[in-house]
Amino acid sequence: MQYRLGIDVGGTNTDAVLIDENLNVVAEIKQPTSEDVYTGILCALRSILQVSKIDRSLVTKAMLGTTQCTNAIVERKHLAKIGILRIGAPAAEAIPPMIDWAEALQTVAVDTAIIGGGYEYDGKEIAPLDQEAAKAFFLSLKGRVQAVAISCVFASVRNDHELEAARICRKVMGEDIHISISSEIGSMGLVERENATILNAALHQVAKTFTDGFAESLQQEGLVNAELYLSQNDGTLMTMEQARRYPILTIACGPTNSIRGADYLCSIQESVVIDVGGTTTDIGVIQNGFPRESGVAVTIGGVRTNFRMPDVISIGLGGGSIVQKQSDGSVTVGPESVGYQITQKALVFGGDTITATDLAVASGLANLGDPAKVAHLDADFVQKGLEAIKMMVEDNLDAIKISSDPMDVVLVGGGSLIIPKTLLGAKSVQTPPHHGTANAIGSAISKVSGTYEKLISFDKTSREEALQAAKQEAIALAVKSGALEETVQIIDVEDVPLAYYPGNTSRVKIKAAGELA
Amino acid sequence: MRTIGLKEIEDIALGASLLGAGGGGDPYIGKLMAMSAIKEYGPVSLISVDEIPDDELIVPMAMMGAPTVLAEKAANGREAKALYDLVSKYFGKKVYAFMPMEAGGFNSMFPIVCAATLGLPLVDVDGMGRAFPELQMVTFSIGGVSATPMALTDEKGNAVIFETISNKWTEELARAVTMSCGGSVAVALYPMNGKTVKKYGVRDIVTRSEQLGKAIRTVKKSTDKSPEETFLSFTGGYRLFKGKISDVVRETRGAFNFGTVLLDGIADCKGKEAKVEFQNENLSAIVDGEYVATVPDLICLVDTETFLPVTTDALKYGKRVLVVGLPCFPLWRCAEGLELVGPRYFGCDTDYIPLEERFEEVK
Repeated sequence: MQYRLGIDVGGTNTDAVLIDENLNVVAEIKQPTSEDVYTGILCALRSILQVSKIDRSLVTKAMLGTTQCTNAIVERKHLAKIGILRIGAPAAEAIPPMIDWAEALQTVAVDTAIIGGGYEYDGKEIAPLDQEAAKAFFLSLKGRVQAVAISCVFASVRNDHELEAARICRKVMGEDIHISISSEIGSMGLVERENATILNAALHQVAKTFTDGFAESLQQEGLVNAELYLSQNDGTLMTMEQARRYPILTIACGPTNSIRGADYLCSIQESVVIDVGGTTTDIGVIQNGFPRESGVAVTIGGVRTNFRMPDVISIGLGGGSIVQKQSDGSVTVGPESVGYQITQKALVFGGDTITATDLAVASGLANLGDPAKVAHLDADFVQKGLEAIKMMVEDNLDAIKISSDPMDVVLVGGGSLIIPKTLLGAKSVQTPPHHGTANAIGSAISKVSGTYEKLISFDKTSREEALQAAKQEAIALAVKSGALEETVQIIDVEDVPLAYYPGNTSRVKIKAAGELA
Repeated sequence: MRTIGLKEIEDIALGASLLGAGGGGDPYIGKLMAMSAIKEYGPVSLISVDEIPDDELIVPMAMMGAPTVLAEKAANGREAKALYDLVSKYFGKKVYAFMPMEAGGFNSMFPIVCAATLGLPLVDVDGMGRAFPELQMVTFSIGGVSATPMALTDEKGNAVIFETISNKWTEELARAVTMSCGGSVAVALYPMNGKTVKKYGVRDIVTRSEQLGKAIRTVKKSTDKSPEETFLSFTGGYRLFKGKISDVVRETRGAFNFGTVLLDGIADCKGKEAKVEFQNENLSAIVDGEYVATVPDLICLVDTETFLPVTTDALKYGKRVLVVGLPCFPLWRCAEGLELVGPRYFGCDTDYIPLEERFEEVK
């Protein structure tokens, strides 16, 4: 028997699960996230190995989902010094890079330049790439930065100028320089795409630290046969090398893993997943086994970006949410929470703070701690509090749906016991076994993907044939990343026609994903 | 005269998106351009209509084209100078000041960019007092002012000046050139003298945008009234409906987004239904089968919690909104005005009745 290890480092808890070859959960543990994440991972690792008592050499795959990148941006810590090149003049000169960023975060940039080049919406050049200017800029950066972010007007239509600039950059600054190019990170909208690219470049040091830390901790615990992967926010895995190149794609992998985990535990095709933690609740949607993607700009640490993110609503409601009676007689729940201190502060655990969990126990919804310690709570107060919780969840359940049709709801997460089992707008509400560690499970069962991108002329081959060939290439790439060929499916097809490019050309981007071999 | 700096821009953009009455789109790129221009060239002088001499040349500035293209290419920053030179040369007279065409979205910000770049004043006036979808829908059309001579330039430095026989031709020719230039261009149109601006312009609109923006931003700070009451009293708005979006039907025809949004009443409107029809901007509001407001009065949807305006491209099932009516600029209510922008022009089967009268009737 071989095993997979899934670890999810969240804001409150670090969860770990072990899953066998048949994808059954063998062991699960949950413990508070430590200040030093590396120690947290190590402790979770030791604890699950102790609980499961398996032969360590049989763990062949280990997956980590982490909030390190989000924290680095929000706390502005450990970000690398970078250079920013934008290609597109004379277009886009009216808005310099990072114009609306907080000053403290702007300091990641040592220098910026806007040079000639870029494309129109149809792939025609605005101007030829100013290679001399690119060379001069990179020369000036040499020795001053560890990473470079390159973006280009309409790079999401055509990225030749970005690739050429990256080549020049490597030639001038050496092979060791980290280069982020916008066409590999974001979608339409120059400012948002460039922002995401800058953050990605600035995160490369953070990515190196956590990938190295993960590898070291496994080594130290004797998991020598495990291949290592990082969770990204579309529900697929990255190799360690990919994670170092695209660290920003790990942002929001937590909610994605919960959604994927819930899908695995319930296998309902289309459903709403409500993941209730200690302080917050994330509500998202499963579509064909993957989280629905957000269609709007997403702000990270005050920076507006547009790279793909799961469509998730977060609300300040969790098992540790503080319950208060207001002067007008109403009862409010959250957003303040006792968080990870719930096991000391909640009434049922002998504390002195009324939490959402206490309401659930008082009403008989859950059986936890010492029910006698909440027996004194006024029935009307408990009822009003539970109604407030129900209303918050129902409102947001409604907000995430795209029509009024009722949907199946899956509850996961340690705090889910506070949610009533009947909800307006829900066809069914279920709480699957192992729901408490759904995120770590989601990480452990993640698929691997391959993305193929190319300009294809439909003059030489028919569109159908060309797309078919491109799909085969994407499948081959997924297999190369470690997917089982018979499980690989095409999960995304983009086909952008370039009107003024010779030969009826489209930019085709295809993504395939399959189970890990 | 007063000055507009970075802080004022935030409020103006926010207030203008309310006055956009569902249209105008996201002012984000415009706001960034205005911030860059003010950081580089300093604050802009905002002058009232009464401060402009009758015979001076005043030019409205705007950008035309697809919002998605604008979000990629932004602009070069030298467009304002190119247009200024072109128009000044054409008239053999220097442009005295710039002004906006409409309130709402990107075009509430672009004239600020122009004024900052050239160090010219911005006049506190526009030609709509809101946003409208078509070129001829400005109060100046009532006064017989032509959109041309219209100057157009792209970020590459190409420049054209149009003299056309009708506004329909202006629209058609400008659209063709815009596409050739890569999908987004800057234009100077409806050039006028100070006297005409004074007679037909919607006065103090930039200031009103700013006040509305500030009101939205601080709506929750009032202690003696609920946020909703505060919002209504600040904006002078009529509360038409409060509901949850139950469906959005959209259709793209020509360059316009047509559609209908259906609302189920919540709170005191529970049990009632409402319908808002739009063509880029909101056209009419109907509650339980009865019209409660139509163009040219402003019909604005705002979030019930944040009071942030909800534009027609952001309408989505489940969103809870307050439908608010704001009276339009009085000149729109004359016969010529209603011919241009009245309910019948947009295909609504009703005569125009001012918002205030309909509201009294319903009551």
